Amino acid sequence: MKIFKKPIGWAAVIAATTLTGAIVNPATAELNLAGKTVEFVIPFSTGGGSDKWARFFAPLLSEALPGKPTVVVKNMPGAGSTKGANWFHSRAKGDGLTIFGSSGSTQFPYILGDRRVKYDYRDWQVVLGTATGGVAYMSPEMVSKWKKDPNSIKGTKFIFGSQGATRLDLIPILAWQMLGLTVDPVFGVKSRGTGRLMFERGEANIDYQTAPAFLSKVRPLVKAGKAAPMMTWGALDADGNIVRDPTFPNVPTFKEEYKRVNGKDPSGPAWEAWKAFFIAGFAAQKMVFLPKSASKEVVSTYTNAFKRVVARADFGKISKKRLGVYPQATGAQAVKYKTLATEVDPKAVAWVKKWLTDRFGVKLK
Amino acid sequence: MEFFATALPALNEAFTLIFTPTQIGWLSVGVLLGLSVGVFPGLGGIAGLSLVLPFLYGMDPVSGLAMMVGLVAVIPTSDTFASVLMGIPGSSSSQATVLDGFPLARNGQAARALSAAFISSLFGGLFGAVILTFFIIIARPIVLAFGIPELLMLTILGFSMVGVLAGRSLLKGLVAAGLGMAFGAIGEAPAQGSPRMDFGSWYLQDGLQLVIVGLGIFAIPEIISLLRQNRPIAKDSTLGAGWMDGLRDWWTARWLSLRCACIGVIVGVIPGLGGSVVDWIAYGHTVQTTRDREKFGKGEIRGVIGPESSNNAKEGGGLVPTLLFGIPGSGSMAVFIGGLILLGHEAGPQMVTTNLPLTYTVVWSLAFANVIGAGLCLFLSGSIARLTTIHFPLLVPFLFMMIAFAAFQAKQTLWDLAALVAIGLVGIFMRRFDWPRPAFLIGFVLAHQAEAYTNQLTQITITRFGRSLSEGLGYIFSPVVITIFVITVVSVWLGARQNKQIHADTGDPFHWRKTPPIVMCSLITVFFAVMFVDSIHVEVLSDKVFPIVVTGIACLGSSIILLKMFRASVTDPIFADGELQGEDANAPHGLWSMLFWFLSLLVLTAIFGFVIALSLFFVLFLRLHAQINWLRIIILMTFGLAGILFLAGVLNRDFPPGLLQEFVELPWPFGGR
Repeated sequence: MKIFKKPIGWAAVIAATTLTGAIVNPATAELNLAGKTVEFVIPFSTGGGSDKWARFFAPLLSEALPGKPTVVVKNMPGAGSTKGANWFHSRAKGDGLTIFGSSGSTQFPYILGDRRVKYDYRDWQVVLGTATGGVAYMSPEMVSKWKKDPNSIKGTKFIFGSQGATRLDLIPILAWQMLGLTVDPVFGVKSRGTGRLMFERGEANIDYQTAPAFLSKVRPLVKAGKAAPMMTWGALDADGNIVRDPTFPNVPTFKEEYKRVNGKDPSGPAWEAWKAFFIAGFAAQKMVFLPKSASKEVVSTYTNAFKRVVARADFGKISKKRLGVYPQATGAQAVKYKTLATEVDPKAVAWVKKWLTDRFGVKLK
Repeated sequence: MEFFATALPALNEAFTLIFTPTQIGWLSVGVLLGLSVGVFPGLGGIAGLSLVLPFLYGMDPVSGLAMMVGLVAVIPTSDTFASVLMGIPGSSSSQATVLDGFPLARNGQAARALSAAFISSLFGGLFGAVILTFFIIIARPIVLAFGIPELLMLTILGFSMVGVLAGRSLLKGLVAAGLGMAFGAIGEAPAQGSPRMDFGSWYLQDGLQLVIVGLGIFAIPEIISLLRQNRPIAKDSTLGAGWMDGLRDWWTARWLSLRCACIGVIVGVIPGLGGSVVDWIAYGHTVQTTRDREKFGKGEIRGVIGPESSNNAKEGGGLVPTLLFGIPGSGSMAVFIGGLILLGHEAGPQMVTTNLPLTYTVVWSLAFANVIGAGLCLFLSGSIARLTTIHFPLLVPFLFMMIAFAAFQAKQTLWDLAALVAIGLVGIFMRRFDWPRPAFLIGFVLAHQAEAYTNQLTQITITRFGRSLSEGLGYIFSPVVITIFVITVVSVWLGARQNKQIHADTGDPFHWRKTPPIVMCSLITVFFAVMFVDSIHVEVLSDKVFPIVVTGIACLGSSIILLKMFRASVTDPIFADGELQGEDANAPHGLWSMLFWFLSLLVLTAIFGFVIALSLFFVLFLRLHAQINWLRIIILMTFGLAGILFLAGVLNRDFPPGLLQEFVELPWPFGGR
């Protein structure tokens, strides 16, 4: 019941103080938002991952913005998050009183050219990028077989409880296929939590969870000997390379496993496509945007505010439980995240579309 | 014995944690908030919890939990007010309460119905808390025993209630359920998200929301009918029976209440079934186990006691998967899990293994909240029941305002109101031509899961049979599946027998008009046919099978009814028409002129936005229809507007914008998005 009472490491304090000192740039004029209300628009309903993420940041952002405005989370669900994004694109004003939280589920339809998308990421100004990770897991016996000899489980028929092939689940399904595993996704599962329950019941025998869910829900299963991690999707380093996931440094990445199985680094259109969608779905999963019309002053106010939030001495501690240990990108780094996540090579997109049609009969228009 | 060694000290520790003035204070705050939010139809746990989420951050976990649990626990208690007094389903879990609760209010027995409902809620809530205490320690294997075959079988059991609630004609009931399923299948398919019957509109693509369907099917037809009859809700403006009668009724039906509480807990414990069927299963059970079934739908107190006992018990049951697995059984439980995280705790197995005292503070909070909540509601029920004696037209603007606001919570666009009016029309005509509306709603509620589970089961079963025959058979025919199957068969048999009884005693022949019911049935058939053709054009196989089968069979069923209609004599009850016989037949006002009032609110909103439209509506309606003086109009309007603005302000909601807002930027509350 003591949440925030443990002593904080000195190193963290020193690092945070230096950072805070470095980023507050007196030359940039800042907006004063005293007495105002900032609406943090989330295109999903209450209780979902994006909602939790926004509600985590809202009070911190309020403290960090000049004038300490009230920051309220406004849910605008509909049409798989495209409704809220369309609204933000066409209607939001650049006065700094409306910010938008985008997620992988908003990025995917944009990349795939969904007919409902009437927004354009190129017009939006990013001020924060939050990464997350994903972990695939199976039963401990399967994982040990897999580790000894990948070919030994290639004949096994795997079942995976999936929310849909055009969602984030695209990443695990494609990864398993590239490793040569026979995984049949069972579609129409309501949430990743329900998918995990199917694994626990033995109806599914392979599954994945995002990092926070793996930490809290699958780790107890690992401890009880009912599950074992197979691989992570990895994380992006500063240069955009895929490296080990900092939350799971002992678990190999998909890239490493691919090399182990096939004897060479992954390459080709399938890999390019996988990587692009991995970045949009995980490495730069959630971003905060200001509309096109927001002035430089507004953008730098928010950029600095998020820098202050991330540099808080206690940020690592309070965010670990709720977001996992992943980089929170601000400033130029956030812009890089946005580019990687939303400007996808048309060849990769075309490859994924063809793959979705060939394998699942899904035609995207 | 081991149980007592672990549970009792934890229970005791939790008791000392919760029984301090501070914690009880926070609990009461939660209860009061829950009661206030629950009173408004369409607003439930999600809205209430979202309200307190910002304050949870950094709160003491026990206080925060007490507040959240207090809030969630009493919503199925206070939502009864709207269901009984106004015929508006207060939330998805009290839709069945309307069936008999509202007729009781119309007979002047609102206080009796309310007190019976509240005592049932109290009992159900306490029962849920007790079960939660013992069950949470041992529930894990039981919850895991419910796989997809079991869930599908339970869904089928839910469908079997159609047979019980079908009323005069089983075939009509089945077609009505098919109609509900077809409505439920509109939008993105559960498996691969293929668009179905959406005509390219994003609104339909998301599917119709239960709030809107519930309001449209039940509330609107009743309100329009009352408005036409131009009388208070309670006949002769009297309150016959008092609240003591309700308590006595509950005591007489205590075993029914216990059985329904069990149903509530079981449905709550199993994740994936959804809370919105629990009241229907309880209602169906109540009908089955009551000897004299004639009074159901006309004001049978047992029809209130059954569902109300189950829906509060469900909350206790629903906490089991929420706390044990971190799997929310409902939308409000999803927010609850979010709140837990804000308090620094993660729902999951460790809640029970390492944090049992904290888990038990939930149990205690649940119990106390039910006592406080039901106590307050009981205390208030006598005076609030007086609402039913008010001249009805004075209530109408308030009711329309509440319904419109509730519907608008679904997607927060004007289309919510349009959908409400459209489904309201379906409801009005189903009521007029005696198509069973509960059957429709059951079909709607279960459509999605029936489709998803059938698809998933097929796929998994094929894989299992691929491994070995015995594994496949063992998977489908588990003991749990067989048990539920037997229950279903018994339930269908009881339902069929009961229908025969009702058929036997339809007495005096009445000469109906043939054309209107035939037109209605033809329209339904055409709808099925259109949807059938649309489904054939869906590209992905797994997304088309279900709607093709459902609409195909339903189309066949409605064609058979049509055929019967052409052959039957004019005295056949198949032609039942509320405009010819019954209370609507003698109503002083016509259907269309009253419906026009509701449509006018929609049209005004489309032009001026909701707030301006509502003000205009208050003035126009009260002046032209109710014909009261200006002073009273202004007083009533101020009341209504102040209330709705306060509510929207606190919940941080906008109102539907109209054309005006497209061109002119207006500040809140007039503007919107």
